[in-house]
Amino acid sequence: MTDFINALTQDNLSYLLQGLGITVAVSLLSIIISLILGSVVGIVMFEKIPYFSSLVGTLNNIVRNLPLLLIIFFSYFALPQIGIRLPVFWSTVVAMSFFEAAMLSEIIRGGLDAIDKGQFEGARSTGLSNRQTMTHIILPQAYKKMIPPLISQLISLVKDTSLASGVVLADLTFRGQVVYAQNSHFIVPVLIFMTFCYFIVNYLLSLLAKHLDRLLA
Amino acid sequence: MEKNKKRLFGMVAALLLVLFLLLLGFWAANRAHENKRHQDTLERVKKTKMIHWGVKTDTKLFGLVNTKSGQSEGFDVDLAKALTKQIGKQLGLELTPSFTPVNASSKVQLLKNTNIDGVMAVMTITKERAKVVDFSNPYFPAGNALLVRKDSGVQSIKDLNDPSKTILIALGTTAADTVKKEAPKAKVLALQDYASAMQALKAGQGQAIVTDNAILYGLVAENPDYQVVGGIMGYAPYGIAFDHNQPGMVKQANQALESLEKDGTYNTLIKKWFSQVPGLDLSQLEVQS
Amino acid sequence: MTLFNHYSALFFSGFGYTILASLIALVASLILGTFFALLQLSKKRFLAMLGNAYVQFLRNVPLLIITLFFYLAVAKVIKMTGFVSGTVALSLYTSAFIAESVRAGILAIDHGQMEGALANGLSYGQAMSRVVLPQAFKVALPSLGNQLINLVKNSSILAFVGGLDLMYQGNLVAASSFDTFTSYLVVGLFYLVLTLPLSYVMQYLEEHLQESR
Repeated sequence: MTDFINALTQDNLSYLLQGLGITVAVSLLSIIISLILGSVVGIVMFEKIPYFSSLVGTLNNIVRNLPLLLIIFFSYFALPQIGIRLPVFWSTVVAMSFFEAAMLSEIIRGGLDAIDKGQFEGARSTGLSNRQTMTHIILPQAYKKMIPPLISQLISLVKDTSLASGVVLADLTFRGQVVYAQNSHFIVPVLIFMTFCYFIVNYLLSLLAKHLDRLLA
Repeated sequence: MEKNKKRLFGMVAALLLVLFLLLLGFWAANRAHENKRHQDTLERVKKTKMIHWGVKTDTKLFGLVNTKSGQSEGFDVDLAKALTKQIGKQLGLELTPSFTPVNASSKVQLLKNTNIDGVMAVMTITKERAKVVDFSNPYFPAGNALLVRKDSGVQSIKDLNDPSKTILIALGTTAADTVKKEAPKAKVLALQDYASAMQALKAGQGQAIVTDNAILYGLVAENPDYQVVGGIMGYAPYGIAFDHNQPGMVKQANQALESLEKDGTYNTLIKKWFSQVPGLDLSQLEVQS
Repeated sequence: MTLFNHYSALFFSGFGYTILASLIALVASLILGTFFALLQLSKKRFLAMLGNAYVQFLRNVPLLIITLFFYLAVAKVIKMTGFVSGTVALSLYTSAFIAESVRAGILAIDHGQMEGALANGLSYGQAMSRVVLPQAFKVALPSLGNQLINLVKNSSILAFVGGLDLMYQGNLVAASSFDTFTSYLVVGLFYLVLTLPLSYVMQYLEEHLQESR
């Protein structure tokens, strides 16, 4: 118990909470970017354009089947070798957006597939163009259906930012390691505190997902 | 007809994508080649009026983050600040130091990638490393030593030269070579950082940690059940690392280091950081004038 | 290519440890996951709550934190290597996701089947293990397959605790060869050798099961 009090001094606590802020910022930025990218890729895969869609699908599959940790390391350590040099925050955002876009595109394709084909024909017969049908009729419905899986993806994002501590992103996990480098008695208290932070953020998100699910059903 | 059109479109789009990816690949290969070309660190420092230093975040006495300021503090950091000022004086410029946290496995990568200009992070000068980076003159007299439990009965590394023993080291340090030389039969487990190595020692995953004496003293200060035994295995001082083939920068750094040693700044910093270590004779570290 | 030749022993040993960790974690998490799925569906409210708490907790905490917990805290009491603590953490973490898949599978099975089996004189345990669970696994197969792919990818967490796996060896190669780009490309290819075939099998199964419904 005294370890707890010693470990979580005001300075250490605010240092850790700032780390949580970075964790959340990386997650939010990545989900927004990957939602845009993922939508484009998802629509391409849904449209089943001969050759093109299956090529994109294969590339997408390759990205999805790599460990995120590898992509994070690659983006920070390997990209500078071809002259792309990003600060660790942005290199993490790039890596996570790239990976998550591949995950999200599958969700989006699935969401689009689940929408009744009749709707396309109906909308087109009222004189809407292909693109109008997509943006005004189909996508809004697809996004609505996709909100719960999107939130669960956001939860994995929040969890996965912890991997970036390996490239010294000053997120919650890295800062925890810094705090217990002061004294190894701090390890357990700090780990418990970090667990608590991640759990609260993610549990609230999962409650939100449940709530929205009920609201939209 | 409609179907054929779509098919044609798909084929063209797919071909364009493949072409794009191929070009991207060529571009990347080309850039990688170009990037291996020489970039002068000193020129960069003069242009940006900054020196970017890679420092540790988890190493007591050398570079440990102060959670209040969020910045690394320690001997390495203070010396880097003093050196920056001194180099600035030599160049007639106002230079600002900036600090990037590195860990043992990332420091050389970041140097090569020019994310940082110099590494001041408890880095031992070795022949192997000197092939890929340039070192300044030694800035801290260090050597590998052995940390064991007080009641373990281990007196020297020779006691661990046995396949049933495991020696713990931190990734990317010189300890691996020392162990290979002094106790070739022992198993070696490389861990991410010193805190993990200490934890692994406490958990009994190994019988000893081999790493630099100064770091072990930092660990002893916190864990009185452990002790450093067997003396120093080889003099292996720390140096400041720069990218390969940077004579200009290395010359400036050496000149600055010499000035700081002469004007007493160096000894002041040694006293500031190492007088708190039990069992360490400061006169070993100070520069004698 | 020269890089690969030079370091192939390291890559292959890492590949072996990645497969070993994945296999152990797969078996362990299937057993644990099924157990906690049953617990979640238990009629006794306390047991159901316990099962729920287990699943919710593990799903909402990063794998790295769980791994560090075993590696830095539990290993103090029960001695274990980085490989073992990483694999244990991986098993527990994955079991929460498998529990969710299995639970959904059981719920998808017609309620009448359970009652029918019970009426035929089977005990609850027998009815569950012989009638309901086999069907539930079949329904849950695609999502279990996805969990297996995630498991293989997540095994890279071992690199953080000296777990000797593919990612760990890749870092070593990158650090000693300084050709980070190629090192990580090779590591990526090794992972794809495991995960890509799995993902295509899963896609096939998914389509196949949809047809048969």
